[in-house]
Amino acid sequence: MSKLSRACIYAVLILAALYTLAPLWVMVATSLKSLDEIREGSLIAAPLAPSLSSWGKAWSSACSGVRCEGLQPFFWNSLIMTIPAVLISTFVGALNGYVLTQWRFRGSEVLFTALLVGCFIPFQVVLLPMARTLGAIGLSDSVIGLIFVHVVYGLAFTTLFFRNYYVSIPADLMKAARVDGAGFFTIFWRILMPISGPIFVVCIIWQFTQIWNDFLFGVAFAGSDSQPITVALNNLVRTSTGVKEYNVDMAAAIIAALPTLFVYIVAGKYFVRGLTAGAVKG
Amino acid sequence: MLGIKGGDGMAGVRLANVQKSFADVHVLKDINLEINDGEFVVFVGPSGCGKSTLLRTIAGLEEITSGSLHVGDKLVNDVPPSDRGIAMVFQSYALYPHMNLFDNMAFGLQLAKVPKDEISKLVHAAAKTLNIDHLLDRKPKALSGGQRQRVAIGRAIVRKPEVFLFDEPLSNLDAELRVRMRYEFAKLHEELKTTMIYVTHDQVEAMTLADRIVVLRDGRIEQVGSPQELYDHPANEFVAGFLGSPRMNFLEGTLSANGSGDGGLKLKNGVEIASLSGAPASLTNVQCKLGLRPENIKIDKNHKSIDCPVKFVEALGSQTQIYCEIPGAPELLTVVAPGNAKVKTGDMLPLSFAAKDCYWFDAAGKALPRVVA
Repeated sequence: MSKLSRACIYAVLILAALYTLAPLWVMVATSLKSLDEIREGSLIAAPLAPSLSSWGKAWSSACSGVRCEGLQPFFWNSLIMTIPAVLISTFVGALNGYVLTQWRFRGSEVLFTALLVGCFIPFQVVLLPMARTLGAIGLSDSVIGLIFVHVVYGLAFTTLFFRNYYVSIPADLMKAARVDGAGFFTIFWRILMPISGPIFVVCIIWQFTQIWNDFLFGVAFAGSDSQPITVALNNLVRTSTGVKEYNVDMAAAIIAALPTLFVYIVAGKYFVRGLTAGAVKG
Repeated sequence: MLGIKGGDGMAGVRLANVQKSFADVHVLKDINLEINDGEFVVFVGPSGCGKSTLLRTIAGLEEITSGSLHVGDKLVNDVPPSDRGIAMVFQSYALYPHMNLFDNMAFGLQLAKVPKDEISKLVHAAAKTLNIDHLLDRKPKALSGGQRQRVAIGRAIVRKPEVFLFDEPLSNLDAELRVRMRYEFAKLHEELKTTMIYVTHDQVEAMTLADRIVVLRDGRIEQVGSPQELYDHPANEFVAGFLGSPRMNFLEGTLSANGSGDGGLKLKNGVEIASLSGAPASLTNVQCKLGLRPENIKIDKNHKSIDCPVKFVEALGSQTQIYCEIPGAPELLTVVAPGNAKVKTGDMLPLSFAAKDCYWFDAAGKALPRVVA
């Protein structure tokens, strides 16, 4: 390859990277500036006197609606909602995938197809029926209700992930385990779980991102005490007392995005590996 | 000498009127079979004949639809696989990919709550027997095909089963290794003296390993017998064609008797194969089939039945396979001649069919009794 074409490729790649990173830079830079500097300077200029004060405000004292405690309480709301919802939906998805591939029964393919349809139902369609359901079982306006909604909605995806992963596992492996005396759950725990690492990572990243970033279910089903961070962020940005505090808004937005960023950085390299992982060779 | 023995109480297997259907498909039809204690029985048949399903029903991996299945004296129709006193080796080995070899072999014993030191003793003994004791802490993916096969056998041995079940265990190995492992299976049976049931589609494996062969077709047992018995006295055209390599030749026609007691077989287009001594009188003037094994056809000017043009020749070194055309027959006739036979395409070969080498079948394909010295 000639030097010129190599240079062209790098130029294009660098431009693409800059284009992608520019909004992040603007957010970080703005969050570190004072309001005066924001008003006077250019949008992409580096902060002259970087300060974390707007981060502190966004975390603990900014007002969203009538509460002025920052994002902190809503961050914990999101965390105690997301972690159980991710774990439960992933685990049940694994169990579903196991049954749909290794313990097929009459109609299991139909059931799987029905579950798949769940992936294509728009969120808005289920809002009203879900609200009625939550009311009927006494879970409206609660964190547990939100967890329930996310688990139900996530199952279609997690089942799909695990089913497609387990379908490549040779049936003989299950049969060998049965001859060895392993039952339904022993096979699941001792044979299947240990070789499911990559798909667990994929599933957890997917579910964590979906549930943490969800706004619609949060705004529709959460009570004022159980609002997730996405809803609080919206309120915080919309609540202003005279002056629009762009630096606080930016800091709050970054705080709301940090956990998903963290999950990608920690588990990201397994993500691609898990998506491409196929047959488990004996 | 092996350091371990087979199961404490050895056992035969008895199947009576066993049927198996998946929805509307009848895979096994009225199977009746008695397998004796310590016997090496091979199930053969073309793919889809139900041989693997039959093995899996014995293992308990498939439930039988009706009939009864005994291992030893115990009725095991509803007994789970692990309690049937069987161990199974799979075609794909089915080793647990995340466990090292020791754990692969120990898994069943751990589930059965066998004491740890006992497990260790059993696994090490089996590994030593199979020459894999230096690999015990490796994972299956670090092994060659032959070594994986040994681990799968080791996993079966440590269970001390009363009956071993092998599901096409050699079909994933290359030709050379297959021959070597075939010998090891024979040796294993000689040492353990445990009942073994072996499924294969390879008739060489069946002929060399079996005490008795069970030939299956379309979910039915066609014939049961020792390899030589089946080779010499096949019950029908299917069994005759299935055992023996290259395959038996079949010629269809009408048998006419002449004055001297020799018959002639008249093919559909009028070509006659003459001087077939010892042709069965009961077939005279009826539609029938003559079966000839390629290795039994002689090239002999003095007693020739027919002259055939050679279509092509395969020289294998040790032997020569000659394909001749019989006018009116749909398939070429295969003849096996010695390796030094000087035959080339286009030659006319005088072929001789000796009476003792002829297999006769009636119109329905059923074999007529043969007299073999």
